[in-house]
Amino acid sequence: MAGSDTIAQDSADRSAPDTVKILIAGGFGVGKTTMVGSVSEIVPLRTEEPLTMAGLDVDDLRGVEEKRATTVALDFGRISVSDDLVLYLFGTPGQQRFWFMWNDLAVGALGAVVLVDVRRPETSFAAIDFFERRGIPFVIAVNGFYGEHPYPVEDIRESLALPEGVPVLLCDARERESCRDVLIALIDRLIDDAAPAR
Amino acid sequence: MGGSDSAGRLVRPFTLTGGRTRPSRADFTLITTVTAVDPQPQTAGRPQPEHLRILRLCERPVAVAELAARLDLPVSVVVIMLCDLLEAGRITAHPPHPVTRTTPDLDLLQKVREGLGRL
Repeated sequence: MAGSDTIAQDSADRSAPDTVKILIAGGFGVGKTTMVGSVSEIVPLRTEEPLTMAGLDVDDLRGVEEKRATTVALDFGRISVSDDLVLYLFGTPGQQRFWFMWNDLAVGALGAVVLVDVRRPETSFAAIDFFERRGIPFVIAVNGFYGEHPYPVEDIRESLALPEGVPVLLCDARERESCRDVLIALIDRLIDDAAPAR
Repeated sequence: MGGSDSAGRLVRPFTLTGGRTRPSRADFTLITTVTAVDPQPQTAGRPQPEHLRILRLCERPVAVAELAARLDLPVSVVVIMLCDLLEAGRITAHPPHPVTRTTPDLDLLQKVREGLGRL
């Protein structure tokens, strides 16, 4: 190609990294943003999207406390896993009825962590259901508030009616290593799934 | 950092600098990475102030979600401006690593796992 030598090519340090994402889901107040913040290399960022869904039943907005809840917020963080690969962690919005509107959120995700508050496990049912139906692999991370885990894993598994093979981990969303281990458990599950059947 | 790219990474298939008729919003996911073209094309006219803000923020590669957060604007709004910039040849867009359930990318997963292990 004649003359191409004059075209400035991106130098290596300007070349864009590959990106992947993992979703951190679960009920309102279960510690999603805390978990994102514990492992992110940046202070979690927030972006808000206005809810302008035509055809959204007005009744669906009932119970949304604040007027400004006509936006849905998304908190996220980032982990540079290598020079050319960046992992983004998206905490799904706490208003469960709305976060599915972020269609883009689930598409192309490696998998998901569903955080569960043992005191209110039902608040995470919607997230479990969502990933199950879409065939998105997930692990359950039980966030022990104050680091306490009063219930055995098997009881939790039962109360969540989890299918076989979904790992259940006990974690502390405030602890970096604990959150890292949850993410590793998810990746291990994905690797197991990807291994050719023997 | 030159030469670190030995793994045969080809010319990015998605450097949409005018090769397409019109970029669509689907070209920009939350984790699509955008980078300002350097130097900026002279033929593209004068960018608007909001466009200039974006160009400054993506002098180095930055993900769409991060851009929106730093601009304090909804992603949907930022994406519209990114379409303009892409069409004007002012930015390049790098799509996320494709993820398919049917053919999982073991190399990618191992890489993520190793990276997490170093945390």
